[in-house]
Order: sequence, then structure tokens, then C-alpha cells
Amino acid sequence: MVYRKWKTAALGAAMILGTAAASSAATLDEVKAKGFVQCGVNAAGLQGFAAPNDKGEWSGFDIDICRAVAAAVFGDATKVKFTPLTAKERFTALQSGEIDVLSRNSTWTMSRDTQLGIVFTGVNYYDGQGFMAKKSLGVSSAKDLNGASICVQSGTTTELNLADWFRANNLQFNPVVFEKQEEADAAYDSGRCDAYTTDASGLYSIRLKLANPDEHVVLPEIISKEPLGPSVRQGDDQWALIVKWALFAMVNAEELGVTQANVEEQKTGSANPEVKRLLGTDGDFGKSLGLTPDWAVNVIKAVGNYGESFERNVGQGSPLKIARGLNELWSKGGIQYAPPVR
Amino acid sequence: MTDVASPGPDARSAIYVRGTFVPPSPPPGSTVGPFGWAHKNLFSSPFNIAATILTALFLAWVVPPLLDWLIFDAVWTGENREACLPVDGREVGACWAWVQAKFGQILYGRYPLDQRWRVDLTALLFVAGLVPLAIPKVPYKRENTILMLTAFPVAAFILLYGGFGLPVVETALWGGLLVTLVVAVTGIVASLPLGILLALGRRSKLPIVKTVSVIFIEFWRGVPLITVLFMASVMLPLFLPSGVNFDKLLRALIGVALFSAAYMAETVRGGLQAIPKGQYEAAAAMGLGYWQSMRLVILPQALKIVIPGIVNSFISLFKDTSLVLIIGLFDVLGIIQLNFSDANWSAPTVPATGFVFAAIVFWIFCFGMSRYSQYMERRLETGHRR
Repeated sequence: MVYRKWKTAALGAAMILGTAAASSAATLDEVKAKGFVQCGVNAAGLQGFAAPNDKGEWSGFDIDICRAVAAAVFGDATKVKFTPLTAKERFTALQSGEIDVLSRNSTWTMSRDTQLGIVFTGVNYYDGQGFMAKKSLGVSSAKDLNGASICVQSGTTTELNLADWFRANNLQFNPVVFEKQEEADAAYDSGRCDAYTTDASGLYSIRLKLANPDEHVVLPEIISKEPLGPSVRQGDDQWALIVKWALFAMVNAEELGVTQANVEEQKTGSANPEVKRLLGTDGDFGKSLGLTPDWAVNVIKAVGNYGESFERNVGQGSPLKIARGLNELWSKGGIQYAPPVR
Repeated sequence: MTDVASPGPDARSAIYVRGTFVPPSPPPGSTVGPFGWAHKNLFSSPFNIAATILTALFLAWVVPPLLDWLIFDAVWTGENREACLPVDGREVGACWAWVQAKFGQILYGRYPLDQRWRVDLTALLFVAGLVPLAIPKVPYKRENTILMLTAFPVAAFILLYGGFGLPVVETALWGGLLVTLVVAVTGIVASLPLGILLALGRRSKLPIVKTVSVIFIEFWRGVPLITVLFMASVMLPLFLPSGVNFDKLLRALIGVALFSAAYMAETVRGGLQAIPKGQYEAAAAMGLGYWQSMRLVILPQALKIVIPGIVNSFISLFKDTSLVLIIGLFDVLGIIQLNFSDANWSAPTVPATGFVFAAIVFWIFCFGMSRYSQYMERRLETGHRR
């Protein structure tokens, strides 16, 4: 409760002050002057998205966005500093100029986009509420969960979404409600419920902590929209464009088959005009962003294309093994789509 | 009496005087040895017997699984989560391999690997300065104290943060035990003198000094530490002009120091109130001024009385350092929790292992402080024992 009150107060103050802070000078110039991008990340850590590795370096899918922006601006992905932020601090840190980019699994919503003095620049991960169930139940779809008992954390939108979805689909269910996520995890693991519901990315990381991860399956249905993406301060369009296009460059690279390994080769050898425009050998699209022509080359060299970053951090190359699902390219059945470089 | 003093004539031949004392018989078997000890301490009454049996049953129920978890089923080495997974129904206890992999971070946070010697050196200097201070027999206490309060903080700052040729390591990269100790030591060192001044201020006859002290103490005692930290990290940046930022760790240090000073002030004031009025009057009669009488007569007695209270404050301050987690700084507990999010180490027993390890770390420090304070109390004992 204390948090919530503070949050309201902080956001209230932020709204008043947001406009004042937003009028600051060109972020790109400031970033270039100080020599690094200051990137806000998840202080609590989130498996696959932002977590320290054994050496204490941040790594993850959200971290790659920060590195991509640094690579685009400086041609050097190490010129980034991370500010760990809690959920309550994140937007004020952005408004106050403490950070340049926020890449902290934040859901893009209208109120955040319009009222907080910040602007979301894209979606790097389409998350949404999903279900996990025991394989032994033999269910392949959430619609088979009629009459099931479902573990859920109380007081969250998750609980409301759950009730709405089951009502809309005319199914019965018994919610087993827990105050804390850890309690819900333990209850599900001990067999108190048939299924578990929370955001899909969370389901995969909870599955890792279960006694026998292989006995559980994440069902394909996604019943809510949680588009997660990076955000920047309002009022600096150029900087917003750089962050936006760093992500678009990764998505376009995947679509065009440009990878971390072959980017140099593609840069010199590719005859595909789309590849040439992306990699800066045809036209000078970097200049219009205030960057060098090879900005996209640097991004891809640093973190790989979207698919590579996804698989390495949260997909098949990681313990999480999250399926691409909605985050597959538009041309392969997902909804990841980047405007063309033209 | 009569038998010995005036034996009958027929008994006269049997009389003798024993040249040696009868050796004392050993006490009855039921009062000595392990059995006697047990009899006296564990089985002396029906209630004790019942309590002993229940405790033994409880221990038998708790200890073996605990040992299994902590030691026998624990995983001691491993490269990643695979080592700690309960594959094929294998019982897996604590995942100490995880602690091993993250040990550097638990000590130093994300302090750059090649610069960590600076933290080690600072720790070495700190121990080298503190140990002679803590052992009563070692001379040069005054010089040592002055060094520790002036030269050491400067040296520690330069070593830890950078400057004079050392590359700067931002406080955002500090973490683990380093942050815990920096916050706790700064809080402890700053809060004691500040607290004493505030306590004296509160008892002062000067109205302005008194009012300021009371307002300060009551304000800081009236707000939770978590609120102070939260204000410092979330609200403060909004009121500062864009680009003006001051260090998060510094904000936390100031917040913690002021907060604990208010508590310390009340602890010390308790001690001051326990000193009889005669002591104040005697000091005045000796011709001592206010500061002299405080320094030479009142405070030495008052502080000695409140050692338990002072150490209580120190210990709670030490544990409160975990709250810096909410402003995105990572103390021991924070860095441990953060590392739960490493998917390469995600295994069922990792969180429990982490929390147990954090508990052990905190316990060692707090228990150490507690024992040392008891030692000091005994050493300074001068007739107040009841």
C-alpha cells in the first residue's frame, strides 16, 4: 500500500515536472558528449531479459537493446552504462534525465505513452498472459482447462483477465489465489492446482524453477496484450528515432537474412538493394538519424539480428526456451514487423 | 560425646587416634559426570523431563533433514544449473555451486574484475586499523582513532571510487558485501557522534538548540527508513535541475546516517538521564565547564550504561542496509536476489540457498558485534553490576 501511495504521489509530481524535464536539449549531443548511453534496466532482474551473468555483467534481451543503441551511436556496444531501476523508479528516472533509454520490460500502454512525459519507441517482446499446465493432464489448449483449478497471484490484472477469459469462453474454473508469486509457484509445484497463469515470459522462467520442468507445458493461448518495449523522454524526436530504428534494424536484418556472422560479408557482397540500404552501402540513411552510414552494421555486429538476440537470450539457445510465437517475423506467422529502410 | 570422651573400661583396648582424615567420598553417582549433569539439568522435574523429551524429538525431526539439505544432499561444485537440477528423482539440497559461481558478486557486486584488488586493499586497511582499536592492550589508541577517522576515509574513497591515477569505478557498479559494509560502517561512524550531539542538544537549556534537536529527532524517528530512501531516490531527482545528479549511494549514505543518528540520540539520552544529578553538580563544583564535564564525567558513564542500546542500534542498522535494494543498490541480499534472475542458474533450490547464505553472512557480522559489545561491557564494569 505504501508503495502504491508513493507511486501515485511520484507520478503526480512527475506529470507536473515531466514537461519541464522533457524540454532538455538534444539527447544525442549529450550522449555523445558524455561518451556513453545511460540505460535503465530491471533492478530486480528478469530471467532472459536482464540479469547479471557469472562475471557480473548485465546480459539479456532488454540489455541487448541498450547495447544496440550504444552500437548505433558510437559503433561500440560497450559504451553503455546501466542504471538498475525498480518498477516505481523507472519512469521518473527517465523524466529526470538520469537515464537516456529505458529498456526494462515495460508494457506500452496509452496512459504511459500520453501522461508520463515518455514515449515508447517500439515493441521488442510481445508478452501476454498465458497458461502452464502439467503434461500429464493431456491438455493442448487453454480451452481444455474447463473445471481446472488455476493458481494465480491476487490483486493483479492477471486475476481479472483470467476471470474474464473463462467467462467469455463459457468455461468453469477454480481460482487458487496467492498473495505472493513465490507462494503461487510453490503451490503449483506441489500439485495444488492443475494450471498456473501469469505473463508468458514469466511462465517460462517459473517452469525452470519447478522440480521437473519437462513435465509442464506452456499452452499456446495468450489472453492479454502486454507489449514490452524501450521508451525515451518525450520532446526529443531525433533520439526517439535512433532508439526506434536500432530495434527496427535488428528486425529488418533478420528478415533480410543478415546475421552477426555474415554482416561484413553482406555489406560488401550483397546485391540486394534492401540489404544495401540497411547496411549503408546504398544511400545514407544513417545521416538522417544523425549517425554514421554503417550504424546498422554496428548494431548487428554487436547483438546480432532480432532472431539471434531472441534465441540467445530467451529462446532455444537459453535455458528458458521460449517459443517465438507472436514474436516471430510477420512473414513467418508472428507480428514482428519493421518498416522498410527506404 | 560420651562414647568417645569417656569410653567404658572394657572398650579401652580398642581406642586409637586416627592420624589422617578420612578421604572425602565421591559425590553420589547420580550427581556427577554426564549422567549427573543430565539428571540435574534435563531430568530434574516432571516438567523438565517432558520438555527434554519434546526438545529431543523436535531436534531429531528437524536436524537430520536440515543436515541432509545443507550438507549431504547439497551440490558443491558445478558449472551451471544442470548441476543443481533434481534429475531422475535425485534429492537436491542446497546449491552451493551457485554461491561459488556468484561469490565474487556477493563480495564486490559488479565491481570490475581487474580492479577488485582495490576493494581488498581497502578491506585490509580497515581491518589493520580496526583490530588494534578493538584490542584494549594495544597502545596508540588516540593516534589510531585519528587516522581511522581522517586518513582512512580519504584513502578508502580514493581506492574504491578512483582518482590519483586509479580509474573511476562508479558506485552503480559497487555491490554485495562492499555496499553493505560501506553503508553500515558509514552509518555507524556518523551516527554515534551525531547522535551524542543531538542527545546533548535535546537536553540543552538553550531553546533554539533544543528545539532544533527535538524537531530533527522526531522527524527522522517518525518516518520509515524505506520512505527516506525512496524520497531520496525517486523524488529528489525531480526537484533537481536536469543533468544535476548526485550519487545514489551518497544519497543512501546520508539518509541512513541521519536516520540512525536520530535513534542513537534517543539511546544516548537514555544514558544521560540515568546519571545522577550529583555527578553533574560534582563536575560543576570541580570547576569544569559544560564540554569538559560532559567529556570527562558524564558521557563516559552514560555511554557505558547504554552500550547494549548502542550496539542494538548498530546491529539493526547493519541489517537495515538491505533496504537500499529498493533504490536499486545491491547489498549482499540484493545481489543474491538479483542473481536469482540468471536463467543459467535457475534451479529449484537456488533461491533457498541464496537466502540461507545471506542469513549466514548477516549472522556472522551481527553476532560478532554482539559478542564484542558484551566483552566491552564486562571490561568497563566498575560497580554497576546488579
